[in-house]
Amino acid sequence: LKLRTIVVVPRRAVLASGLLLAVFFSFSHSLLSQPGALTVVSKDGRRTLATTVQNEQDFVALDDLASMFQLAVREDALGVTIAYKGKTIVLTVDQPLASVSGRLVSLPATPIRTQARRWLVPAEFISRALALIYDAKLDLRRPARLLIVGDVRAPRVQVRYEPVGTGARLTVDAAPRAGSAVSQDNDRITIKFDADLLDIPASGLILPAQTPAQGIVQAVRLADATTIAVDLGPRFSSFRAATQQLDTATRLVIDLTAATVAEAAPVPSPGAPPGAVSPTGAAGAAPLPAAPGPPPDLSALTQTPSSIRTIVIDPGHGGDDEGVKGPAGTKEKDLTLTLARRVKAAIETRLGIRVLLTREDDRRVPIDDRTAMANNNKSDLFISLHANASFRPTLAGGSIYSASFEPGAAKAARALAPERVPAIGGGSREIEFVPWEVAQTAHLEESDALAKLLETQLHDRIPLAARPVDSAPLRVLESANMPAILIEIGYLTNPNQERQLASAEFQNPFVQGVLDAIIRFRDVLDEKRRPAASGAGK
Amino acid sequence: VTARRVLGFGALAIALGAMAWVLFVGLPRAYRPRPQPLPPSTPAAAAPGRRIKARLFYVSEDGTRLTGVERDVPYGDGAAAQAQEIIKAQLAPPATPLISAVPAGTTLRALYLTSNGAAYVDLSREAMNAHAGGSLDEMLTIYSIVNALTMNLPAVTSVQVLVDGKETDTLAGHIDLRRPLTKNVSWVE
Repeated sequence: LKLRTIVVVPRRAVLASGLLLAVFFSFSHSLLSQPGALTVVSKDGRRTLATTVQNEQDFVALDDLASMFQLAVREDALGVTIAYKGKTIVLTVDQPLASVSGRLVSLPATPIRTQARRWLVPAEFISRALALIYDAKLDLRRPARLLIVGDVRAPRVQVRYEPVGTGARLTVDAAPRAGSAVSQDNDRITIKFDADLLDIPASGLILPAQTPAQGIVQAVRLADATTIAVDLGPRFSSFRAATQQLDTATRLVIDLTAATVAEAAPVPSPGAPPGAVSPTGAAGAAPLPAAPGPPPDLSALTQTPSSIRTIVIDPGHGGDDEGVKGPAGTKEKDLTLTLARRVKAAIETRLGIRVLLTREDDRRVPIDDRTAMANNNKSDLFISLHANASFRPTLAGGSIYSASFEPGAAKAARALAPERVPAIGGGSREIEFVPWEVAQTAHLEESDALAKLLETQLHDRIPLAARPVDSAPLRVLESANMPAILIEIGYLTNPNQERQLASAEFQNPFVQGVLDAIIRFRDVLDEKRRPAASGAGK
Repeated sequence: VTARRVLGFGALAIALGAMAWVLFVGLPRAYRPRPQPLPPSTPAAAAPGRRIKARLFYVSEDGTRLTGVERDVPYGDGAAAQAQEIIKAQLAPPATPLISAVPAGTTLRALYLTSNGAAYVDLSREAMNAHAGGSLDEMLTIYSIVNALTMNLPAVTSVQVLVDGKETDTLAGHIDLRRPLTKNVSWVE
């Protein structure tokens, strides 16, 4: 009798569960065929986390999460316990809640237990519950379907396009702040961000709604994970980029100038694909700068005949990177910011040259962003301010450094000679290909000249080191595409110098010395470029 | 008859067995060269204590350069092993008049040598965290490591400093560490 029942019951169960499984499989198949997995991005690379949609809600499988994030999942009668490094999340059956280390957080939907004994949790479980106990930062970005793990730099990028006069303006906001390098490559402008990837809204990048007559920009698109490409139209003539640090974002403004109507007339057809420009068209034509197109608006404001229009000053360190700390507590980051502000004020009021600071306040700015700011703003001069440290506390005096490179780096840079390419508006233009990492190699001679001038001007004003001019493989200078030097104002490790560097008796002559060196350097450049610039400075 | 034959075979087998033991076990055992108890006195045993002369680099008297000092360093078998010994010696706290340009507490995590002569020196995080900053000191820190290898070992032509197993941009915000660096004598007095 017993035997019979034992045989009968399982057969029924098998039948029933078989039916259920069949139902589930057809159901789950339709679930899984839904598009839109999450892309999980971490320092180690990218992975995919499958999602299933039910009632318009994204769910992820708990066992997928467990294997991805090393979670221990234990199921009991009341629900599921998820453990990670001694911390726990408890999910209760039939409730859109999770208890995270004893704290209740709400979920947008109730976790689902499938017939295959898999647990599905709403995607928000990651950001609302798991993120609270996980070691690395977990950032779920639903619109972009991204899950960012740890310190991956993934700024949200938004692009706006607006016609301005006959030209146009592209505003590219990156939040949180991210540096970028803008370069023109034939018929496109590329914006390469200093990031690991870009978070682009689901609506995509804009394609400018423009009158057919405008035709300056054809498309704005994502070229690769960190690069935005602006495909230029037939009426594009020139551009100027400027970076601005907003509270939480970096704003890149690209002003695009249109060629005049008469100039645009010979263009074959506005619909021609950008790649269709033949390199034979423009031989012997006049270079573009001579074209009668309207000058870029920014330079028109400060129409100085000088070789130096913009200077970027870089106050070293900042934020949690304090730099050198003196025995009495003076911090390098504060000293460099104070001096940078004073140098900026002096140059702007006395020389009328635009000065930008790589940081306006006490914040951490990545080294590459500092150099990128100088490059993007087409700065004519880059000066980085630092204070030195020595293992010998008696060492004193300022030093001026230019960049140095490993043998062979300059050769590699020279291999990329400037190339003359046809411009769409007629004529041709020279495009320089500058490898970012060794951009400074083209300017070393001028940088050294500037260092010598600074030595001369500072020599009688402030204490200088025994060998005040030197060169070193300084990261902040290597990528600068303009004359660039780094000034170590003195040794904060020397108690006397620490007092001195913060005083007006040091700072006033220092600022004056820098100012005088810039004036003399400008004269040197004006002299060098005399054929181009008529009637150089006063 | 059969019983005697069996006995005879048995005796023969035992005799053969005994001879075999003497030949293959007893004699070798008696005439074994016995290396185990001897090593402390044999000349070959000096190998672990063998030392070579190497130039190590410390902060110069005036603090602005590196100064080379000849030191005995344990012998390493092969370029990579020797490179390790040199870096270990370079990282060790020097005797009093000398000052190390590498932050105290820095240890060598690993050292790799590629076939094209690039050494990857993986330092512990103290190299970065305990660094006081400043372009000059950072320069001295890095080139005491770079020069210790490139000036002592012809097999090493360039050195890339890693920290905590990872490539790093800089130690304290100044000197570019993204690529291997070659020997630099201009910072040695």
